[in-house]
Amino acid sequence: MFEAHTLSFIYASLMALAILLYAILDGYDLGVGILLPTNNEPHADTMIASIGPFWDANETWLVLAVGLALIAFPLAHSMILQALYIPVTVMLIGLIIRGVAFDFRAKAKIKRKSMWNKLFKIGSIISAFMQGYMLGLYVMSFESSALAVTFAILSGVGVVAAYALIGAAWLILKTQGQLQLDAISWCHMSTRMAFLGVVAVSAVNPVINHSVYERWFTSDIFLLILPIPIICLALFILLDRILVQLKSQPDLGAWLPFLISCVIFILCFFGILYSFYPYVVPGKLTIFEALAAPESLNFLLYGVIVVVPTILAYTAFSYRVFWGKVQPLSYY
Amino acid sequence: MLDTLLLSRIQFAANISFHILFPTITIALAWFLVFFKIKYDKTQHPVWLRAYRFWVKIFALTFALGVVSGITMSFQFGTNWPGFMEKVGNIAGPLLGYEVLTAFFMEATFLGVMLFGMKRVSPRVHTLSTIIVAIGTSLSAFWILSLNSWMQTPTGFEVRDGVVFPTDWFAVIFNPSFPYRLAHMILASGLTAAFLIAGVSSYRLLKGDDKKAPQLTLKVSLTVAALLAPLQMFVGDLHGLNTFEHQPQKVAAMEGVWETQRGAPLLLFAIPNEQTRSNDFEIAIPNLASIILTHEKNGEIKGLNEFPNATPPVKPVFFGFRVMVGMGLLMIVVALYFRFTLWRNNTLAPWQLKTLVAMSFSGWIATLAGWYVTEIGRQPFLVTGVLRVEEAVTHVASNNVLMSLIAYLSIYVLLLIAYIRTLFYTADKSVEVEEFQRPSIEENAYV
Repeated sequence: MFEAHTLSFIYASLMALAILLYAILDGYDLGVGILLPTNNEPHADTMIASIGPFWDANETWLVLAVGLALIAFPLAHSMILQALYIPVTVMLIGLIIRGVAFDFRAKAKIKRKSMWNKLFKIGSIISAFMQGYMLGLYVMSFESSALAVTFAILSGVGVVAAYALIGAAWLILKTQGQLQLDAISWCHMSTRMAFLGVVAVSAVNPVINHSVYERWFTSDIFLLILPIPIICLALFILLDRILVQLKSQPDLGAWLPFLISCVIFILCFFGILYSFYPYVVPGKLTIFEALAAPESLNFLLYGVIVVVPTILAYTAFSYRVFWGKVQPLSYY
Repeated sequence: MLDTLLLSRIQFAANISFHILFPTITIALAWFLVFFKIKYDKTQHPVWLRAYRFWVKIFALTFALGVVSGITMSFQFGTNWPGFMEKVGNIAGPLLGYEVLTAFFMEATFLGVMLFGMKRVSPRVHTLSTIIVAIGTSLSAFWILSLNSWMQTPTGFEVRDGVVFPTDWFAVIFNPSFPYRLAHMILASGLTAAFLIAGVSSYRLLKGDDKKAPQLTLKVSLTVAALLAPLQMFVGDLHGLNTFEHQPQKVAAMEGVWETQRGAPLLLFAIPNEQTRSNDFEIAIPNLASIILTHEKNGEIKGLNEFPNATPPVKPVFFGFRVMVGMGLLMIVVALYFRFTLWRNNTLAPWQLKTLVAMSFSGWIATLAGWYVTEIGRQPFLVTGVLRVEEAVTHVASNNVLMSLIAYLSIYVLLLIAYIRTLFYTADKSVEVEEFQRPSIEENAYV
């Protein structure tokens, strides 16, 4: 069907799509976990109810992203995962704790519930931080210098803030009353933190990565890519203004923060893609060098062509079923 | 000395042993839920809804544990076994990819509708969502067992420059041991779920739960167990014959046969001794192994000594096989006898209920034992004749692997305890709350 070069591109795009969807979708439900109050159980219940029907499918995008790397770029997959052995393990432990806490908290004894709530929050923070930490190490080509680790920690905090931002934006959309007001101020706070994070990472990245500097500042298409950071900046300011507005009229455009945070995620993601394409392991391996056998990838592509649109369709269906303000969840 | 290879093997064994417990329940439990839901749709009798509502909670909990441990599994390939994907990734990749694409997303998405959407969609759509989740879990089993079977009996490929390439996808997916392995696993899941339902229902009855739902689920699960247990013995036998044909060294280890012999006896008990390459303390039935495997009194069974560089560790395979078969026989006897009692007396004696409670997790024991037989029996190969285990292992420092192993093990132990306790706690709660205090309850699952 397709030859290797085209397949590299197709699978790299699919992987990028899966990672982006993962960051947005699991991003908001991890964000809800990060923000979970430990002293207000009714609010915690509502917040968790808002992600209940979705978190499982959201997390599947991570499995797809890792799966696609494994399938299409096995060499890159094993290089990256061996380099990130410890942070991957810690992230997985975070995801395990969080995933089971979600279910246990609803079924365990009442006195244990607050323990599972705390574990849900801790698991969410660990997972989000580790994802950012790994992103930082990836950007630093898996160096183990103090500088690289510091940058990775910065990036970890940035991702926690970004997930908290999109999580709070989700809550503004899905909740009402006091919780919605709380969500607006959480969103406000995390917008500013995430903004600092994006600025810091964008400033540090080209300084320490010469190739990234060249990419951004000496390229012919400088004017074409310049809008990415400019729009991103404008959106942060706009979001900040909207949040101030929402504090007095919470339901006038409650969907705007979520929409804007999605666009910010997309822009930042394209920024990273642009910095490293066509490398899949920065400075070491391109998507064209790492490819698996074309006969295997073509075989899987039949499935992809049929199934991915189907997945998107029934995902949309599930969001429609649970449209509107969140209601208490019951197995009913 | 604990090296990376040994630690990685222990870690993978621990991960997969923990993971397999939960799909083993959910694959079949999903179909039980479909049955309860369809019954309710047809009869509108609330007892079916109560059965559904109780078991859907257990399903959700079990599913969540399966998901998180499954995600861990999917990372293991890259972190601990990079050589696996580098060598056979062209085969394993698409099979895993199809699992994610056709099964994971479907079950995860419709699970949301199934668990929380009953009031938001029509009964028909809700039942359909339950069916889709059940299809998803079964499809997942289809792909993963296809890959596992291919690793046991690889076909449809060629090796170029040390890397495996697919030549015939149909032969890859439907490799010689796949139909047997899939049937064996699906039936194992059916029995595991049936005994779990029977055990927890008995527990509720013993606790004084005099409602209809536990009686009904006890009856349904015992019926299923009585049908599936003998069928499993039959399929297991076919599976054994298939293994005998394709992996004779595994069967030799299962049977404890060292020297190739005609008219091999069936060993009821023995302790295989790898030093002397013979068995100690044998209790044997003459000729029976040959009769079972070759259907001839003097049929030839190849001994372990025929495979000098490819002998699996004998003891775990030998004992694992006996544990699996023993547990299977016990399940057949209990299922048939108790179902018969139930038919005659319309109730079970307290000792029978207690037996069923004690056997709640008998499916887990049989499945794990069987899984060890099939996986350890494939050693020293990861992919029979193609890739040895030590060729696939990671270059990560052993200290890192040791750390991750300790972390996983401790968290798995805690989760297993929490899972079992929560299971019975949910049963306790249903005894107290459901139906007695609030007749037409709308129980908020998150309170």
